[in-house]
Amino acid sequence: MKTLWNNYRYLILRRITQIGILILYFGANAWGWTILQGDLSSSLILNTVPMSDPYAVLQMLSAGAVLAGDLLLGVAVVVLFYMLIGGRAFCSWVCPINLITDLANYTREKTGMNKLKGVKQPASRNIRYWIIALSLIISAVMGLTAFEFISPISMVHRGLVFGLGFGWAAMLIIFLFDLFVLKNGWCGHICPLGGFYSIIGKFSLIRVHHDAEKCTGCMDCKVVCPENQVLSMINKDSLPVLSGECTNCARCIEVCNDDALGFSIRNLTKNSKTGE
Amino acid sequence: MKKEPVSDRRKFILDMARGIGIATLGGFVWSAYLDEATASQLTLRPPGALKEDDFLKTCIKCGLCVEACPYDTLLLAKPGDKKPLGTPYFVPRDVPCYMCPDIPCVPVCPTGALDKEIVTTDGKLDINIADMGVAVIDDQSCIAFWGIQCDACYRACPILGEAITVEYSKNERTGKHAFLKPIVHADKCTGCGMCEQACVTEKAAIFILPREVALGRAGDYYIKGWDKDDEKRLENAKEIKTTTEISKQKAQDKLNGDFLEDIY
Repeated sequence: MKTLWNNYRYLILRRITQIGILILYFGANAWGWTILQGDLSSSLILNTVPMSDPYAVLQMLSAGAVLAGDLLLGVAVVVLFYMLIGGRAFCSWVCPINLITDLANYTREKTGMNKLKGVKQPASRNIRYWIIALSLIISAVMGLTAFEFISPISMVHRGLVFGLGFGWAAMLIIFLFDLFVLKNGWCGHICPLGGFYSIIGKFSLIRVHHDAEKCTGCMDCKVVCPENQVLSMINKDSLPVLSGECTNCARCIEVCNDDALGFSIRNLTKNSKTGE
Repeated sequence: MKKEPVSDRRKFILDMARGIGIATLGGFVWSAYLDEATASQLTLRPPGALKEDDFLKTCIKCGLCVEACPYDTLLLAKPGDKKPLGTPYFVPRDVPCYMCPDIPCVPVCPTGALDKEIVTTDGKLDINIADMGVAVIDDQSCIAFWGIQCDACYRACPILGEAITVEYSKNERTGKHAFLKPIVHADKCTGCGMCEQACVTEKAAIFILPREVALGRAGDYYIKGWDKDDEKRLENAKEIKTTTEISKQKAQDKLNGDFLEDIY
Protein backbone atom coordinates (compact mmCIF):
# COMPACT_ATOMS: atom_id res chain seq x y z
CA MET A 1 0.00 0.00 0.00
CA LYS A 2 2.82 2.31 0.88
CA THR A 3 4.65 1.60 -2.36
CA LEU A 4 1.42 2.12 -4.26
CA TRP A 5 1.14 5.59 -2.77
CA ASN A 6 4.81 6.23 -3.34
CA ASN A 7 4.71 5.16 -6.97
CA TYR A 8 1.44 6.81 -7.88
CA ARG A 9 0.97 9.67 -5.45
CA TYR A 10 1.05 12.44 -8.03
CA LEU A 11 -0.99 10.41 -10.50
CA ILE A 12 -3.66 9.89 -7.86
CA LEU A 13 -3.61 13.59 -6.94
CA ARG A 14 -3.83 14.55 -10.59
CA ARG A 15 -6.84 12.33 -11.18
CA ILE A 16 -8.52 13.77 -8.10
CA THR A 17 -7.88 17.32 -9.34
CA GLN A 18 -8.98 16.61 -12.91
CA ILE A 19 -12.16 14.84 -11.93
CA GLY A 20 -12.84 17.20 -9.02
CA ILE A 21 -12.67 20.22 -11.31
CA LEU A 22 -14.99 18.49 -13.77
CA ILE A 23 -17.47 17.78 -10.99
CA LEU A 24 -17.39 21.40 -9.82
CA TYR A 25 -18.11 22.62 -13.36
CA PHE A 26 -20.81 20.00 -13.80
CA GLY A 27 -22.42 20.92 -10.49
CA ALA A 28 -22.56 24.56 -11.49
CA ASN A 29 -24.67 23.75 -14.51
CA ALA A 30 -26.70 20.91 -13.04
CA TRP A 31 -27.31 22.05 -9.49
CA GLY A 32 -26.46 25.73 -9.48
CA TRP A 33 -23.22 25.50 -7.49
CA THR A 34 -21.26 28.72 -7.57
CA ILE A 35 -17.79 27.41 -6.71
CA LEU A 36 -16.68 27.13 -10.31
CA GLN A 37 -19.06 28.23 -13.06
CA GLY A 38 -18.63 28.23 -16.82
CA ASP A 39 -16.13 26.00 -18.56
CA LEU A 40 -12.45 25.92 -19.43
CA SER A 41 -12.88 28.74 -21.96
CA SER A 42 -14.02 31.19 -19.33
CA SER A 43 -15.22 30.72 -15.79
CA LEU A 44 -16.06 32.38 -12.54
CA ILE A 45 -14.84 31.31 -9.09
CA LEU A 46 -17.34 31.96 -6.30
CA ASN A 47 -19.10 34.55 -8.44
CA THR A 48 -16.12 36.89 -8.13
CA VAL A 49 -12.80 35.82 -9.64
CA PRO A 50 -12.92 35.57 -13.44
CA MET A 51 -10.69 33.19 -15.41
CA SER A 52 -10.34 33.15 -19.17
CA ASP A 53 -8.44 30.99 -21.61
CA PRO A 54 -5.59 33.24 -22.82
CA TYR A 55 -5.23 31.37 -26.09
CA ALA A 56 -8.92 31.81 -26.89
CA VAL A 57 -8.65 35.51 -26.09
CA LEU A 58 -5.60 35.82 -28.34
CA GLN A 59 -7.67 34.35 -31.17
CA MET A 60 -10.48 36.80 -30.39
CA LEU A 61 -7.99 39.64 -30.58
CA SER A 62 -6.72 38.33 -33.88
CA ALA A 63 -10.29 37.99 -35.19
CA GLY A 64 -10.91 41.62 -34.36
CA ALA A 65 -13.27 41.28 -31.40
CA VAL A 66 -13.56 44.08 -28.87
CA LEU A 67 -12.09 42.72 -25.63
CA ALA A 68 -14.00 43.39 -22.43
CA GLY A 69 -12.22 44.37 -19.21
CA ASP A 70 -13.46 41.31 -17.29
CA LEU A 71 -12.00 39.12 -19.93
CA LEU A 72 -8.53 40.65 -19.69
CA LEU A 73 -8.66 40.35 -15.92
CA GLY A 74 -9.53 36.67 -16.37
CA VAL A 75 -6.57 36.22 -18.69
CA ALA A 76 -4.24 37.88 -16.19
CA VAL A 77 -5.43 35.53 -13.44
CA VAL A 78 -4.82 32.43 -15.56
CA VAL A 79 -1.46 33.53 -16.95
CA LEU A 80 -0.09 34.52 -13.55
CA PHE A 81 -1.33 31.30 -11.98
CA TYR A 82 0.35 29.10 -14.55
CA MET A 83 3.51 31.20 -14.53
CA LEU A 84 3.69 30.23 -10.91
CA ILE A 85 2.91 26.52 -11.01
CA GLY A 86 4.08 25.62 -14.53
CA GLY A 87 2.27 26.41 -17.77
CA ARG A 88 1.47 22.92 -18.81
CA ALA A 89 0.31 21.99 -15.35
CA PHE A 90 -2.98 22.80 -17.07
CA CYS A 91 -2.44 19.82 -19.37
CA SER A 92 -1.71 17.21 -16.73
CA TRP A 93 -3.73 18.52 -13.79
CA VAL A 94 -6.83 20.12 -15.35
CA CYS A 95 -7.45 19.18 -18.98
CA PRO A 96 -9.98 16.33 -19.41
CA ILE A 97 -8.27 15.19 -22.62
CA ASN A 98 -5.35 14.07 -20.47
CA LEU A 99 -7.55 11.28 -19.12
CA ILE A 100 -8.12 10.04 -22.66
CA THR A 101 -4.55 10.32 -23.90
CA ASP A 102 -3.18 8.74 -20.73
CA LEU A 103 -5.54 5.83 -21.31
CA ALA A 104 -4.28 5.52 -24.88
CA ASN A 105 -0.72 5.59 -23.60
CA TYR A 106 -1.47 3.00 -20.95
CA THR A 107 -3.02 0.74 -23.59
CA ARG A 108 0.02 1.22 -25.80
CA GLU A 109 2.31 0.24 -22.96
CA LYS A 110 0.25 -2.76 -21.84
CA THR A 111 -0.22 -4.20 -25.31
CA GLY A 112 3.42 -3.74 -26.20
CA MET A 113 2.57 -1.52 -29.11
CA ASN A 114 5.47 0.76 -28.32
CA LYS A 115 7.90 -2.07 -28.95
CA LEU A 116 6.55 -2.93 -32.40
CA LYS A 117 9.26 -2.73 -35.00
CA GLY A 118 8.69 -0.45 -37.92
CA VAL A 119 6.20 1.77 -36.12
CA LYS A 120 7.75 5.19 -36.47
CA GLN A 121 7.06 8.52 -34.88
CA PRO A 122 7.14 10.58 -38.04
CA ALA A 123 5.85 13.85 -36.67
CA SER A 124 7.67 16.77 -35.13
CA ARG A 125 6.75 18.03 -31.70
CA ASN A 126 6.84 21.54 -33.12
CA ILE A 127 3.62 21.04 -35.08
CA ARG A 128 1.75 22.63 -32.18
CA TYR A 129 3.58 25.94 -32.63
CA TRP A 130 2.81 25.92 -36.34
CA ILE A 131 -0.84 25.35 -35.48
CA ILE A 132 -0.82 28.30 -33.08
CA ALA A 133 0.52 30.55 -35.83
CA LEU A 134 -1.94 29.12 -38.33
CA SER A 135 -4.88 29.55 -35.97
CA LEU A 136 -4.05 33.22 -35.48
CA ILE A 137 -3.76 33.79 -39.22
CA ILE A 138 -7.06 32.02 -39.92
CA SER A 139 -8.74 33.91 -37.07
CA ALA A 140 -7.62 37.19 -38.64
CA VAL A 141 -8.69 36.23 -42.15
CA MET A 142 -12.04 34.66 -41.24
CA GLY A 143 -12.97 36.94 -38.35
CA LEU A 144 -13.62 33.87 -36.21
CA THR A 145 -11.84 32.23 -33.29
CA ALA A 146 -10.41 29.50 -35.49
CA PHE A 147 -9.35 26.87 -32.97
CA GLU A 148 -12.33 27.38 -30.67
CA PHE A 149 -14.68 26.02 -33.32
CA ILE A 150 -12.74 22.78 -33.72
CA SER A 151 -11.10 22.36 -30.31
CA PRO A 152 -11.71 18.83 -29.04
CA ILE A 153 -10.67 20.05 -25.60
CA SER A 154 -13.57 22.45 -25.25
CA MET A 155 -15.82 20.05 -27.16
CA VAL A 156 -15.18 17.34 -24.58
CA HIS A 157 -15.14 19.58 -21.53
CA ARG A 158 -18.23 21.51 -22.61
CA GLY A 159 -19.82 18.21 -23.49
CA LEU A 160 -19.24 16.78 -20.04
CA VAL A 161 -20.64 19.92 -18.39
CA PHE A 162 -23.48 20.94 -20.72
CA GLY A 163 -24.37 17.80 -22.68
CA LEU A 164 -22.19 15.73 -24.94
CA GLY A 165 -24.02 15.32 -28.26
CA PHE A 166 -21.58 13.77 -30.70
CA GLY A 167 -18.71 14.95 -28.50
CA TRP A 168 -17.96 11.30 -27.72
CA ALA A 169 -16.71 11.05 -31.29
CA ALA A 170 -14.08 13.69 -30.53
CA MET A 171 -12.98 11.61 -27.54
CA LEU A 172 -12.78 8.48 -29.64
CA ILE A 173 -10.87 10.22 -32.43
CA ILE A 174 -8.20 11.41 -30.01
CA PHE A 175 -8.01 8.02 -28.31
CA LEU A 176 -7.59 6.16 -31.60
CA PHE A 177 -5.13 8.71 -32.92
CA ASP A 178 -2.92 8.46 -29.86
CA LEU A 179 -3.25 4.70 -29.74
CA PHE A 180 -2.66 3.77 -33.37
CA VAL A 181 -1.22 6.74 -35.23
CA LEU A 182 1.14 8.67 -33.02
CA LYS A 183 2.37 8.11 -29.48
CA ASN A 184 1.52 11.19 -27.42
CA GLY A 185 0.05 12.44 -30.68
CA TRP A 186 -2.51 14.96 -29.55
CA CYS A 187 -1.00 16.33 -26.34
CA GLY A 188 2.62 16.01 -27.33
CA HIS A 189 2.54 17.08 -30.96
CA ILE A 190 -0.62 18.78 -32.13
CA CYS A 191 -2.54 20.54 -29.36
CA PRO A 192 -1.98 24.30 -29.78
CA LEU A 193 -3.37 24.99 -26.32
CA GLY A 194 -0.63 22.82 -24.88
CA GLY A 195 1.81 24.65 -27.12
CA PHE A 196 0.54 27.96 -25.84
CA TYR A 197 0.92 26.86 -22.22
CA SER A 198 4.43 25.61 -23.12
CA ILE A 199 5.31 29.18 -23.99
CA ILE A 200 3.91 30.46 -20.70
CA GLY A 201 5.63 27.57 -18.91
CA LYS A 202 9.04 28.78 -20.00
CA PHE A 203 8.81 31.35 -17.25
CA SER A 204 7.20 29.26 -14.57
CA LEU A 205 8.55 28.92 -11.08
CA ILE A 206 7.91 25.32 -10.03
CA ARG A 207 10.22 22.88 -11.80
CA VAL A 208 11.26 19.27 -11.72
CA HIS A 209 14.89 19.19 -10.57
CA HIS A 210 17.37 16.44 -11.38
CA ASP A 211 20.23 15.29 -9.21
CA ALA A 212 22.77 13.53 -11.43
CA GLU A 213 24.74 12.32 -8.39
CA LYS A 214 21.87 10.07 -7.31
CA CYS A 215 20.85 9.00 -10.81
CA THR A 216 21.70 5.40 -11.74
CA GLY A 217 20.74 5.83 -15.37
CA CYS A 218 17.83 3.35 -15.43
CA MET A 219 15.94 5.72 -17.77
CA ASP A 220 12.57 4.75 -16.30
CA CYS A 221 11.75 8.46 -16.25
CA LYS A 222 12.33 8.82 -19.97
CA VAL A 223 10.09 5.86 -20.67
CA VAL A 224 7.21 7.20 -18.62
CA CYS A 225 7.55 10.86 -19.67
CA PRO A 226 5.04 12.02 -22.30
CA GLU A 227 7.44 14.77 -23.38
CA ASN A 228 10.73 12.96 -22.88
CA GLN A 229 12.73 15.45 -24.94
CA VAL A 230 12.59 17.72 -21.88
CA LEU A 231 14.60 15.18 -19.84
CA SER A 232 17.80 15.62 -21.84
CA MET A 233 19.89 16.20 -18.69
CA ILE A 234 19.13 12.83 -17.12
CA ASN A 235 22.24 11.02 -15.88
CA LYS A 236 24.38 13.89 -17.18
CA ASP A 237 23.88 17.17 -15.36
CA SER A 238 22.19 18.24 -12.17
CA LEU A 239 19.81 20.69 -13.80
CA PRO A 240 16.14 21.54 -13.49
CA VAL A 241 13.83 20.72 -16.37
CA LEU A 242 13.63 24.11 -18.01
CA SER A 243 11.63 23.35 -21.14
CA GLY A 244 8.13 24.78 -21.11
CA GLU A 245 6.95 21.54 -22.68
CA CYS A 246 7.27 19.73 -19.34
CA THR A 247 3.74 19.27 -18.01
CA ASN A 248 4.74 18.96 -14.36
CA CYS A 249 2.82 15.69 -14.29
CA ALA A 250 5.48 14.29 -11.95
CA ARG A 251 5.38 10.78 -13.39
CA CYS A 252 9.19 10.89 -13.59
CA ILE A 253 9.43 11.72 -9.90
CA GLU A 254 7.22 8.75 -9.01
CA VAL A 255 9.00 6.17 -11.11
CA CYS A 256 12.46 7.23 -9.94
CA ASN A 257 13.68 4.74 -7.36
CA ASP A 258 16.87 6.67 -6.69
CA ASP A 259 15.26 9.88 -5.48
CA ALA A 260 17.09 11.76 -8.22
CA LEU A 261 14.08 13.81 -9.28
CA GLY A 262 11.84 16.13 -7.31
CA PHE A 263 9.84 19.33 -7.42
CA SER A 264 11.57 22.50 -6.40
CA ILE A 265 11.31 26.20 -6.92
CA ARG A 266 13.44 27.51 -9.71
CA ASN A 267 16.38 29.61 -8.68
CA LEU A 268 15.92 32.88 -10.46
CA THR A 269 18.98 34.70 -9.14
CA LYS A 270 21.76 32.59 -10.62
CA ASN A 271 22.98 31.95 -14.13
CA SER A 272 20.07 32.23 -16.51
CA LYS A 273 21.68 29.98 -19.11
CA THR A 274 21.74 26.85 -17.02
CA GLY A 275 18.96 27.99 -14.75
CA GLU A 276 20.94 27.26 -11.59
CA MET B 1 24.97 7.97 -60.05
CA LYS B 2 26.64 8.99 -56.84
CA LYS B 3 24.42 10.04 -54.01
CA GLU B 4 25.23 13.56 -52.86
CA PRO B 5 24.60 14.24 -49.19
CA VAL B 6 21.98 16.93 -48.68
CA SER B 7 23.63 20.12 -47.50
CA ASP B 8 22.43 21.78 -44.31
CA ARG B 9 21.27 24.78 -46.21
CA ARG B 10 19.23 22.71 -48.63
CA LYS B 11 17.80 20.68 -45.78
CA PHE B 12 16.74 23.85 -43.98
CA ILE B 13 15.11 25.30 -47.08
CA LEU B 14 13.33 22.02 -47.84
CA ASP B 15 12.14 21.69 -44.25
CA MET B 16 10.77 25.21 -44.26
CA ALA B 17 9.10 24.73 -47.64
CA ARG B 18 7.53 21.50 -46.40
CA GLY B 19 6.30 23.19 -43.22
CA ILE B 20 4.79 26.10 -45.10
CA GLY B 21 3.24 23.78 -47.68
CA ILE B 22 1.58 21.59 -45.07
CA ALA B 23 0.44 24.67 -43.15
CA THR B 24 -1.15 26.08 -46.30
CA LEU B 25 -2.89 22.78 -46.99
CA GLY B 26 -4.13 22.55 -43.41
CA GLY B 27 -5.09 26.19 -43.40
CA PHE B 28 -7.37 25.85 -46.39
CA VAL B 29 -9.05 22.71 -45.06
CA TRP B 30 -9.48 24.37 -41.67
CA SER B 31 -10.89 27.59 -43.17
CA ALA B 32 -13.27 25.70 -45.43
CA TYR B 33 -14.61 23.78 -42.45
CA LEU B 34 -15.03 26.97 -40.40
CA ASP B 35 -16.88 28.67 -43.22
CA GLU B 36 -19.38 25.81 -43.43
CA ALA B 37 -19.64 25.30 -39.69
CA THR B 38 -20.54 28.91 -39.00
CA ALA B 39 -22.86 29.36 -41.97
CA SER B 40 -26.04 28.57 -40.04
CA GLN B 41 -28.30 31.60 -40.39
CA LEU B 42 -31.21 30.31 -38.39
CA THR B 43 -29.69 30.29 -34.92
CA LEU B 44 -31.71 32.15 -32.29
CA ARG B 45 -29.42 33.93 -29.83
CA PRO B 46 -30.01 35.07 -26.24
CA PRO B 47 -31.20 38.66 -25.69
CA GLY B 48 -28.58 41.37 -26.10
CA ALA B 49 -26.50 39.34 -28.56
CA LEU B 50 -24.28 41.23 -30.95
CA LYS B 51 -24.86 40.88 -34.67
CA GLU B 52 -24.13 37.30 -35.73
CA ASP B 53 -20.73 38.09 -37.30
CA ASP B 54 -19.51 39.93 -34.22
CA PHE B 55 -21.16 37.42 -31.94
CA LEU B 56 -19.25 34.53 -33.47
CA LYS B 57 -15.90 36.22 -32.94
CA THR B 58 -16.68 37.55 -29.46
CA CYS B 59 -18.47 34.63 -27.77
CA ILE B 60 -15.91 32.56 -25.84
CA LYS B 61 -18.36 29.64 -25.43
CA CYS B 62 -18.19 29.50 -21.64
CA GLY B 63 -21.86 28.76 -21.03
CA LEU B 64 -22.25 31.26 -18.18
CA CYS B 65 -25.42 32.60 -19.86
CA VAL B 66 -26.77 29.06 -20.07
CA GLU B 67 -26.14 28.56 -16.35
CA ALA B 68 -27.69 31.93 -15.51
CA CYS B 69 -30.95 31.18 -17.34
CA PRO B 70 -33.52 30.15 -14.70
CA TYR B 71 -35.79 28.38 -17.22
CA ASP B 72 -33.17 26.25 -18.96
CA THR B 73 -34.09 28.03 -22.17
CA LEU B 74 -30.55 28.47 -23.37
CA LEU B 75 -28.49 25.60 -24.74
CA LEU B 76 -24.89 25.37 -25.84
CA ALA B 77 -24.50 24.00 -29.35
CA LYS B 78 -23.03 20.50 -29.16
CA PRO B 79 -21.56 18.49 -32.01
CA GLY B 80 -24.61 17.21 -33.86
CA ASP B 81 -26.80 20.26 -33.21
CA LYS B 82 -25.70 21.69 -36.57
CA LYS B 83 -25.17 25.12 -35.06
CA PRO B 84 -21.90 27.02 -34.61
CA LEU B 85 -20.22 24.87 -32.00
CA GLY B 86 -20.34 25.88 -28.35
CA THR B 87 -22.43 29.01 -28.87
CA PRO B 88 -25.67 29.60 -26.94
CA TYR B 89 -29.04 29.33 -28.66
CA PHE B 90 -32.62 28.42 -27.88
CA VAL B 91 -35.45 26.47 -29.43
CA PRO B 92 -38.65 28.39 -28.63
CA ARG B 93 -41.01 25.53 -29.50
CA ASP B 94 -39.37 23.55 -26.66
CA VAL B 95 -38.56 26.31 -24.16
CA PRO B 96 -39.06 29.94 -25.13
CA CYS B 97 -37.36 32.93 -23.52
CA TYR B 98 -39.53 34.03 -20.59
CA MET B 99 -38.18 37.58 -20.77
CA CYS B 100 -36.98 38.02 -17.18
CA PRO B 101 -36.95 41.74 -16.33
CA ASP B 102 -33.44 41.45 -14.82
CA ILE B 103 -32.16 39.50 -17.89
CA PRO B 104 -29.76 37.32 -15.84
CA CYS B 105 -28.09 35.83 -18.93
CA VAL B 106 -26.70 39.14 -20.16
CA PRO B 107 -24.63 40.68 -17.31
CA VAL B 108 -22.75 37.41 -16.68
CA CYS B 109 -21.26 37.41 -20.18
CA PRO B 110 -17.51 37.95 -19.69
CA THR B 111 -16.79 39.00 -23.27
CA GLY B 112 -19.65 41.36 -24.09
CA ALA B 113 -20.95 39.04 -26.82
CA LEU B 114 -24.18 39.58 -24.91
CA ASP B 115 -24.08 43.33 -24.56
CA LYS B 116 -25.93 45.11 -21.75
CA GLU B 117 -26.11 48.29 -23.81
CA ILE B 118 -28.31 46.59 -26.39
CA VAL B 119 -30.97 45.83 -23.78
CA THR B 120 -30.74 49.06 -21.77
CA THR B 121 -33.05 52.07 -21.93
CA ASP B 122 -32.46 55.09 -19.68
CA GLY B 123 -29.79 53.25 -17.71
CA LYS B 124 -32.07 50.33 -16.86
CA LEU B 125 -32.17 46.85 -18.29
CA ASP B 126 -35.21 46.58 -20.52
CA ILE B 127 -36.08 43.16 -21.92
CA ASN B 128 -38.83 44.64 -24.09
CA ILE B 129 -36.28 46.08 -26.50
CA ALA B 130 -34.45 42.77 -26.89
CA ASP B 131 -34.17 41.40 -30.40
CA MET B 132 -33.80 37.65 -30.47
CA GLY B 133 -35.77 37.37 -33.68
CA VAL B 134 -39.24 38.06 -34.95
CA ALA B 135 -42.40 35.97 -35.09
CA VAL B 136 -43.63 34.99 -38.52
CA ILE B 137 -47.10 33.57 -39.24
CA ASP B 138 -47.81 31.02 -41.92
CA ASP B 139 -51.37 32.04 -42.75
CA GLN B 140 -51.95 28.79 -44.65
CA SER B 141 -51.59 26.63 -41.57
CA CYS B 142 -52.74 29.15 -38.93
CA ILE B 143 -56.23 27.97 -38.04
CA ALA B 144 -57.34 31.51 -37.14
CA PHE B 145 -57.04 32.30 -40.84
CA TRP B 146 -59.45 29.42 -41.51
CA GLY B 147 -62.06 31.01 -39.31
CA ILE B 148 -61.47 28.90 -36.19
CA GLN B 149 -61.38 31.06 -33.13
CA CYS B 150 -57.89 30.68 -31.69
CA ASP B 151 -55.94 33.39 -30.00
CA ALA B 152 -53.33 31.20 -28.27
CA CYS B 153 -50.39 33.20 -29.58
CA TYR B 154 -52.02 36.51 -28.80
CA ARG B 155 -52.66 35.42 -25.21
CA ALA B 156 -49.17 33.98 -24.82
CA CYS B 157 -47.43 37.14 -25.99
CA PRO B 158 -45.69 38.90 -23.07
CA ILE B 159 -46.15 42.22 -24.86
CA LEU B 160 -49.81 41.45 -25.36
CA GLY B 161 -51.65 43.80 -27.62
CA GLU B 162 -48.48 45.39 -28.96
CA ALA B 163 -46.31 42.70 -30.53
CA ILE B 164 -49.33 40.64 -31.59
CA THR B 165 -52.73 42.14 -32.18
CA VAL B 166 -55.91 40.46 -33.36
CA GLU B 167 -57.61 41.83 -36.40
CA TYR B 168 -61.31 41.28 -36.94
CA SER B 169 -62.63 40.80 -40.43
CA LYS B 170 -65.61 39.21 -42.09
CA ASN B 171 -65.40 35.59 -43.15
CA GLU B 172 -66.59 35.86 -46.73
CA ARG B 173 -66.48 32.10 -47.18
CA THR B 174 -69.28 31.39 -44.74
CA GLY B 175 -70.72 34.87 -44.94
CA LYS B 176 -71.84 34.62 -41.33
CA HIS B 177 -68.75 34.53 -39.20
CA ALA B 178 -65.74 36.63 -38.23
CA PHE B 179 -62.04 36.02 -38.58
CA LEU B 180 -59.85 36.81 -35.58
CA LYS B 181 -56.49 36.96 -37.27
CA PRO B 182 -53.27 37.42 -35.33
CA ILE B 183 -50.97 40.11 -36.73
CA VAL B 184 -47.30 40.38 -35.63
CA HIS B 185 -45.80 43.84 -35.31
CA ALA B 186 -42.15 43.33 -36.04
CA ASP B 187 -41.09 46.62 -34.44
CA LYS B 188 -42.41 45.47 -31.05
CA CYS B 189 -41.75 41.73 -31.24
CA THR B 190 -38.66 40.58 -29.29
CA GLY B 191 -38.64 37.05 -30.69
CA CYS B 192 -39.07 35.44 -27.27
CA GLY B 193 -41.03 32.60 -28.85
CA MET B 194 -43.79 32.21 -26.27
CA CYS B 195 -46.27 32.39 -29.16
CA GLU B 196 -44.44 29.61 -30.99
CA GLN B 197 -44.56 27.44 -27.92
CA ALA B 198 -48.26 28.17 -27.36
CA CYS B 199 -49.31 27.57 -30.97
CA VAL B 200 -51.84 24.72 -31.09
CA THR B 201 -51.10 23.38 -34.57
CA GLU B 202 -49.06 20.22 -35.03
CA LYS B 203 -46.08 22.17 -36.31
CA ALA B 204 -46.21 25.76 -35.12
CA ALA B 205 -47.93 28.11 -37.59
CA ILE B 206 -46.26 31.05 -35.84
CA PHE B 207 -42.53 30.75 -35.36
CA ILE B 208 -39.45 32.79 -34.65
CA LEU B 209 -36.82 33.58 -37.25
CA PRO B 210 -33.78 35.78 -36.81
CA ARG B 211 -34.77 39.30 -37.86
CA GLU B 212 -32.18 39.38 -40.63
CA VAL B 213 -33.73 36.28 -42.14
CA ALA B 214 -37.40 37.10 -41.60
CA LEU B 215 -37.58 40.71 -42.73
CA GLY B 216 -36.98 42.33 -46.07
CA ARG B 217 -35.50 45.76 -46.60
CA ALA B 218 -37.06 48.40 -48.86
CA GLY B 219 -33.87 50.40 -49.21
CA ASP B 220 -33.64 54.15 -49.65
CA TYR B 221 -35.26 54.40 -53.05
CA TYR B 222 -38.82 53.96 -51.89
CA ILE B 223 -40.57 56.29 -49.48
CA LYS B 224 -44.08 56.47 -48.14
CA GLY B 225 -46.10 59.11 -49.89
CA TRP B 226 -47.42 62.08 -47.91
CA ASP B 227 -44.91 61.57 -45.14
CA LYS B 228 -42.38 64.36 -44.63
CA ASP B 229 -40.23 62.37 -42.17
CA ASP B 230 -39.94 59.35 -44.39
CA GLU B 231 -38.85 61.57 -47.27
CA LYS B 232 -35.63 62.31 -45.42
CA ARG B 233 -34.43 58.79 -46.10
CA LEU B 234 -34.03 59.78 -49.72
CA GLU B 235 -30.96 61.74 -48.67
CA ASN B 236 -29.13 58.46 -48.08
CA ALA B 237 -30.00 57.17 -51.51
CA LYS B 238 -27.15 57.12 -53.96
CA GLU B 239 -27.53 57.45 -57.67
CA ILE B 240 -27.70 54.15 -59.51
CA LYS B 241 -25.82 54.03 -62.75
CA THR B 242 -26.66 51.18 -65.06
CA THR B 243 -23.87 49.94 -67.17
CA THR B 244 -26.02 47.81 -69.43
CA GLU B 245 -26.22 49.35 -72.88
CA ILE B 246 -29.66 50.23 -74.13
CA SER B 247 -30.49 48.46 -77.36
CA LYS B 248 -29.96 50.74 -80.35
CA GLN B 249 -32.65 48.92 -82.33
CA LYS B 250 -36.04 50.54 -82.52
CA ALA B 251 -38.89 48.67 -80.92
CA GLN B 252 -40.67 48.47 -84.25
CA ASP B 253 -37.67 46.79 -85.82
CA LYS B 254 -37.72 44.23 -83.09
CA LEU B 255 -41.41 43.57 -83.65
CA ASN B 256 -41.10 43.40 -87.40
CA GLY B 257 -37.92 41.39 -87.22
CA ASP B 258 -37.61 37.68 -87.31
CA PHE B 259 -37.88 37.09 -83.59
CA LEU B 260 -40.43 34.42 -84.21
CA GLU B 261 -37.75 32.45 -85.96
CA ASP B 262 -35.73 32.66 -82.79
CA ILE B 263 -38.50 30.93 -80.97
CA TYR B 264 -39.23 28.18 -83.43
